Amino acid sequence: MAERDAYGEEQQDRERFAVRILLALVILGVILLALGWRLSGLQVGAHTHFTTLSENNRLRVEPIAPTRGVIRDRNGVLLAGNRASYQLEVTVEQAGDLDSLLARLRGYVELSEADVERFQRGVRQRRPFQPVLLKAGLDDETVARIAVSRHELPGVEIEARPLRFYPLGSKFSHAVGYVGRINQQDLQRVDGRAYAGTSHIGKSGVERYYEDLLHGRPGYRQVEVNAQGRVIRELSVTPPQPGTDLTLTLDVNLQQAAYRALAGRDGAIVAVDPNNGEVLALVSAPGFDPESFVHGISQADFAAVRDDYRRPLFNRALSGQYPPGSTIKPLVGLAALDEEVTTAEREMFARGYFQLPGHERRYRDWRREGHGRVDMSRAIAVSSDVYFYDLAHTMGIDRMVPILGAFGIGQRTGIDSTGERPGILPSRNWKRATHDQVWFPGETLITAIGQGYMLSTPLQMADFTAALAARGERYQPHLLRAMDNGVGEPEYRLPLLRDPVTVDEKHWDAIHGSLVEAVNARHGTAWGSVGSTRPEYTIAGKTGTSQVFSLGEDEEYDEEELARRLWDHALFVGYAPAEDPRIAVAVLVEHGGSGGRVAAPVAREVMDAYLLEGAGMTIDVPEDE
Amino acid sequence: MISVTGREMSVSQWALRSLRLDSVLLVLLSILLLLGLAILFSATGESVVALERQVMRIGLGVVAMLLVAQVSMHALRAISPWLFVAGVLLLLAVMWVGDVGKGAQRWLDLGFMRFQPSEIMKLAVPMMVAWYLSQRDGRPRFRDLVVTAALILAPVYLIMQQPDLGTSMLVGAAGFLVIFLAGLGWRWFVGLGVTAAAAIPILWSQMLDYQRQRVLTLFNPESDPLGAGYHIIQSKIAIGSGGLYGKGWLNGTQSQLEFLPERSTDFIFAVYAEEFGFIGVALLLLLYFAIVARGLWIAALAQDRYARLLGGSISLTFAVYMVVNIGMVTGLLPVVGVPLPLVSYGGTSLVTLMVAFGILMSIASQKRLVNR
Repeated sequence: MAERDAYGEEQQDRERFAVRILLALVILGVILLALGWRLSGLQVGAHTHFTTLSENNRLRVEPIAPTRGVIRDRNGVLLAGNRASYQLEVTVEQAGDLDSLLARLRGYVELSEADVERFQRGVRQRRPFQPVLLKAGLDDETVARIAVSRHELPGVEIEARPLRFYPLGSKFSHAVGYVGRINQQDLQRVDGRAYAGTSHIGKSGVERYYEDLLHGRPGYRQVEVNAQGRVIRELSVTPPQPGTDLTLTLDVNLQQAAYRALAGRDGAIVAVDPNNGEVLALVSAPGFDPESFVHGISQADFAAVRDDYRRPLFNRALSGQYPPGSTIKPLVGLAALDEEVTTAEREMFARGYFQLPGHERRYRDWRREGHGRVDMSRAIAVSSDVYFYDLAHTMGIDRMVPILGAFGIGQRTGIDSTGERPGILPSRNWKRATHDQVWFPGETLITAIGQGYMLSTPLQMADFTAALAARGERYQPHLLRAMDNGVGEPEYRLPLLRDPVTVDEKHWDAIHGSLVEAVNARHGTAWGSVGSTRPEYTIAGKTGTSQVFSLGEDEEYDEEELARRLWDHALFVGYAPAEDPRIAVAVLVEHGGSGGRVAAPVAREVMDAYLLEGAGMTIDVPEDE
Repeated sequence: MISVTGREMSVSQWALRSLRLDSVLLVLLSILLLLGLAILFSATGESVVALERQVMRIGLGVVAMLLVAQVSMHALRAISPWLFVAGVLLLLAVMWVGDVGKGAQRWLDLGFMRFQPSEIMKLAVPMMVAWYLSQRDGRPRFRDLVVTAALILAPVYLIMQQPDLGTSMLVGAAGFLVIFLAGLGWRWFVGLGVTAAAAIPILWSQMLDYQRQRVLTLFNPESDPLGAGYHIIQSKIAIGSGGLYGKGWLNGTQSQLEFLPERSTDFIFAVYAEEFGFIGVALLLLLYFAIVARGLWIAALAQDRYARLLGGSISLTFAVYMVVNIGMVTGLLPVVGVPLPLVSYGGTSLVTLMVAFGILMSIASQKRLVNR
């Protein structure tokens, strides 16, 4: 009985167990169906979604930087090109401890504070496995030494990358400008995607103005990467479209001659072809080494250049605003003739000073004893201030301003470069707007001799001189002559005409005559330095002296006693040959003193270089630096 | 403990007559192990070294399985309490002198090898509970429930302290499955459910930060895409991008390009799903189901209560393993660190599982011997 009980108990237990097993199987089946449901949801339902995510994981599009367009002068001489520069790059993922690596590297190459600073910034901003620049512009010896010791320097690579170079260096630093490393500010004015693979961008001058053309369009390569970001293989490549090559209107020979003519003095020279507005030379001295910006200038070096009292970074030709001085007199004379305030033939006796009726104040001539009897032509040739005081007083500021404005005073020329300033054309309205004051009659007088409020840039002076030479035809000054994007023929830029200055022909003749007289007559202000040397062609021009500070009416002005930095600026504007003008030049020598003695010979050298030597001169390009 | 050679017979006779195994289970396990090696080869980036080591482990596991299969159920039942006591002592030893690996104190260094005492408990706990319940008649009563619960929860608590959430959960499941199979009344399950619900806040307070993080991340993996959520996000991408047919063996970009973390261990299922697609996944689930079903069949035919309970628990624990791993990899369950049974790279869990299947085979043979 007990045995049967035990047997029955065992049977019962077995059955109970079987029920539980079945139950477990059913539950397991349901769970497996749920898992299957979940998996089909992921693998079938959301397959497209996850495929996209998977592709996003593994595919990366890497930009390929386009080659920057080169810049040449009108003769085809290279002004800005690209050359392979060896640079030291570190792949952080492979380098191990960075501090110890840098310490070891210092045994091979000099690392400046700036290098390390930039490197550490790059390390923070990099993508995984993206090499970070440590030092650019390695010389061959350093490259060789590091190459030999590669095994001791894991993660260190020497890469040859195209880098901007400027064969003519500082002579073209203001005309061409320079490129530098892209910073946050730069990224705000360009499409960041287009610059994803690019390290440098135009910072000033033509390099900056034509950035869009020069940069080109980046290419892309699609690569497969692993989870660490290491490139496994390349899937497809869209090649970059290189930047457009630019040919400028500048002439290497003329530019160098102009630079030489300044002979180390600070100043600016702008030479323009009056027949089409092509800028033949654009010099601002002192210049700077544009390549120092390409390689990345250290804070200290930059501060030294920026704070140099000679201001090498300042583009005097475009950004420098100076009182135009007596160089404005031909324009004032033209205005007076056009307004029929006077005639070319009318004479007056020019004393040493001028007084407004009913006023005590004496407006002095630069020549204490005056110039005696002068007509318009002689007044310009000898640069009589009193003649123009008288003219201005009769004409009044309101009749003087329109024609000065028509010549472009107070407006940007719109040249294709950066940093151009407009100068100032003072008028009643201008004075009310800026100084909230009425116009005083005395201010009309000093405006007529290019002093007082009036300011002009050397470019503007060259521009109005070209307009004078071309009898009122005004071409916009420009630096771009042709562009070549590698497809088809180079595309030439057409000259752009602006509103002309319309004046009776006989007035042009009168003013032209006076400008020839100023250089070529014995009493002319440029006779002693230029005319007396009998140039092979006829130069027409006007000297000027731009006051750095104004003298009281009774003060004596003795150059010798003043610190050189307070000397007047020497000016000369002119064109040649007078009969058929081919070049218009404006010269400014800072603190040069007399325009006739100092600036006029400089202009003459520039004209000689263009008119006499230009065609046959061998192109003088220094060896690759 | 493998002393089955009490009888006098020739070696060849012994080998022929006494090699106790279940051929159906052996075939199913062989298919799974070979498939596992193929997946592992892909998941390790075609590493021959890893493959060789895994083959060695499988060899060790198969030997262990065959040896255990020769042990009589009588002997296993006899050592059950002692194994349990030894396992608990080892767990305590780990707390004092264990090695720290991956931030958790789980390993005991024996000089020549390191092993995890918690692995022993995966078998020792169900053996102990089955042993206890086989002493008792009929359905487990309240007293039985209290005793077995204590037997289960003590080692579970110790393993949680290591901390090893995955293993402690599996050990607990193995124990409670025995009680379930023993026929515990339904009202007790309701009671257990309520107790478990009440225990959640207590459990939560006992959890370490990283464990809590895992649970929280489960519900919203996108909240921490680079940290705790990264595993689940990448795993779902791998599985989902596999589609119906998969990307092909060795062609899964998520795993080959190393986006998928832990791809040769806990997340190896995602590698398989990516390369073999939904069809491959369905076949794998079927294979697992077949193994569990065969194990339960063996248990159902077992001769005594101890064997029945232990065999059923072993089979169902194997199912829990698989379900938890796949649930975790597909983002249904928190990432608790449970490997995909018999497929994931790694030695201890594989050997333990093979020993468990050895026990199942021993049960199968016991039945056969008695029937003969």
